[in-house]
Amino acid sequence: MVAAMGILLLLIGYGLGYIFGGSTTSGIAGLVIALVIWAIMNLVAYFQGDSLLLSMSKAIKISPDDHPRLYNVVEEMKIASGLEKIPDVYIIDDPALNAFATGRDPSKASVAITSGLLEKLNRDELEGVIGHEMSHIKNRDVLLMTICSVLLGTIVILAWYGSRALIFSGGGSRRSSKGGGQGQLIIFAVAIILMILAPIMAQLIYFAISRKREYLADASSALYTRYPEGLASALEKLGASTGQLKSANQATAPMYIVNPFRPKGRAATDLTSTHPPLSERVRILRAMAGGASYVDYDKAYQQVHQGGAGVMPAAALAGAGAVGLRAAAPEAAMKEPEPGRVERTREVGDLLWQKSGYKIIDCECGTRLKVPSNIGRATVKCPHCGRTHQI
Amino acid sequence: MAVWAWVIIGIVVVLILWFVFIFNGLVRLRNQVKNAWAQIDVQLKRRHDLIPNLVETVKGYKDFERSTLEAVTKARNVAQQAVGQGVGAQAKAEGELSGALTRLLAVVERYPDLKANQNFLALQEQLTSTENKISFSRQFYNDSVLNYNNKTQMFPSNIVAAMTGFKQGEFFQVEKAEEREVPKVSFEQPKT
Repeated sequence: MVAAMGILLLLIGYGLGYIFGGSTTSGIAGLVIALVIWAIMNLVAYFQGDSLLLSMSKAIKISPDDHPRLYNVVEEMKIASGLEKIPDVYIIDDPALNAFATGRDPSKASVAITSGLLEKLNRDELEGVIGHEMSHIKNRDVLLMTICSVLLGTIVILAWYGSRALIFSGGGSRRSSKGGGQGQLIIFAVAIILMILAPIMAQLIYFAISRKREYLADASSALYTRYPEGLASALEKLGASTGQLKSANQATAPMYIVNPFRPKGRAATDLTSTHPPLSERVRILRAMAGGASYVDYDKAYQQVHQGGAGVMPAAALAGAGAVGLRAAAPEAAMKEPEPGRVERTREVGDLLWQKSGYKIIDCECGTRLKVPSNIGRATVKCPHCGRTHQI
Repeated sequence: MAVWAWVIIGIVVVLILWFVFIFNGLVRLRNQVKNAWAQIDVQLKRRHDLIPNLVETVKGYKDFERSTLEAVTKARNVAQQAVGQGVGAQAKAEGELSGALTRLLAVVERYPDLKANQNFLALQEQLTSTENKISFSRQFYNDSVLNYNNKTQMFPSNIVAAMTGFKQGEFFQVEKAEEREVPKVSFEQPKT
């Protein structure tokens, strides 16, 4: 499908060159120009994409001590997925619920999660979400979707210029090459149609690729955690929220776990969405009764869609062994007493205070003081009980 | 005559390429198994290192069940001795350690003070996570072994495997009974 988009781009380049120059050689020149534009945009996205995205989202990098549970979960999923290196972990101060992965290759990747989501999810759910993101990294979806979105952007730009050129220079090239006859006229007509259709087609292909990778990431998350219910229940929580992520944009949308722009009540089978509908993703995960392998996910997908073709790439299905599910709590008593919603919110809140330069002092009376770093004093008094603390 | 010679040379070249391709695939899988085993080792070692800390923290609490603590310490020592004695032996010892730890953490439920202790909570997060990491690395190791064994047994790669001496990998299996057993904890006060 990526190839289809590439061919579309080349066709546009060729058509543009042909219209401007009116000969096959200039058509090829246009083709070359299209390729060069594409390559340059790709290089920029490839080398700068992740740091751009992270700084645009105002993501804060965290260390294992800042939030042990999140970091541990990321490391657990790294082990389960067999990645070589643990990705950097970022947190975004935003009440909206979302998470994304980025980075050009598995050895230089990052996962980011919003503070809102971190507060809302319990350990199993967090594992499901991180597993989903880990799969994006492991399958190099970041690279794939970067290429796709750059291709898409280039096609849209070229088609736009092409249509302008057609309108304003109104077929001047056609008149200049009088002897061309019927054949050239046909090519010219095809070029016009292509200019109009290409961006639309490219967009649809792009969305289709994105949705396929989402299914694959869901399936991989189930495979890594052996517990599809975790991700299913996390997706349910995500679906219940209405907040939109402030820092997302169209180009980066496919990297998020749920579409950051989803309006409420979107149609169930939508061709123009980067993500499959949440309710469907949840139903597929819950239908995985037999096991946690890709084959089981494919079966569940077919079951939810009442037959038809599966969604897993053939390469993923080949050679996949049977994989059992695990019970809700693998080590029944080993399960920590799950910190509740309130504790989690406090945990994340404290982390964000610390990350923005505040020092946290616990007073004996139970008050938690948050002291800015530029306070300019050596001691601070607890407003509650009057004890003095060293900073 | 010349044509036949070329055909035979062509077939030989294709065969050699095929052989190299399969051989490299097998090596890659075997290395993955080795690497996955190293992962398990790291996590097991981490658990061994965490236990003295845990025992120290819990020991401070008066009349904490001696026998549970001793069982954990003993299981740890056995597990440490099993290091390097083969996958099977190590899996068995670690399974027992898991069981002992599970019982210890179940007993902790009876001590509300201990459960509220910040030190203990942090330790517990580390322990829970290490436990998860062990089971995830075991999962990945077993998947890798399965892939590798499939490759060495299935036609046609089994020919190459037999010719070049690739051995089967061994699964890391924790005894089911030990792992799945829900610890029996009585919530009555011990009689004094």
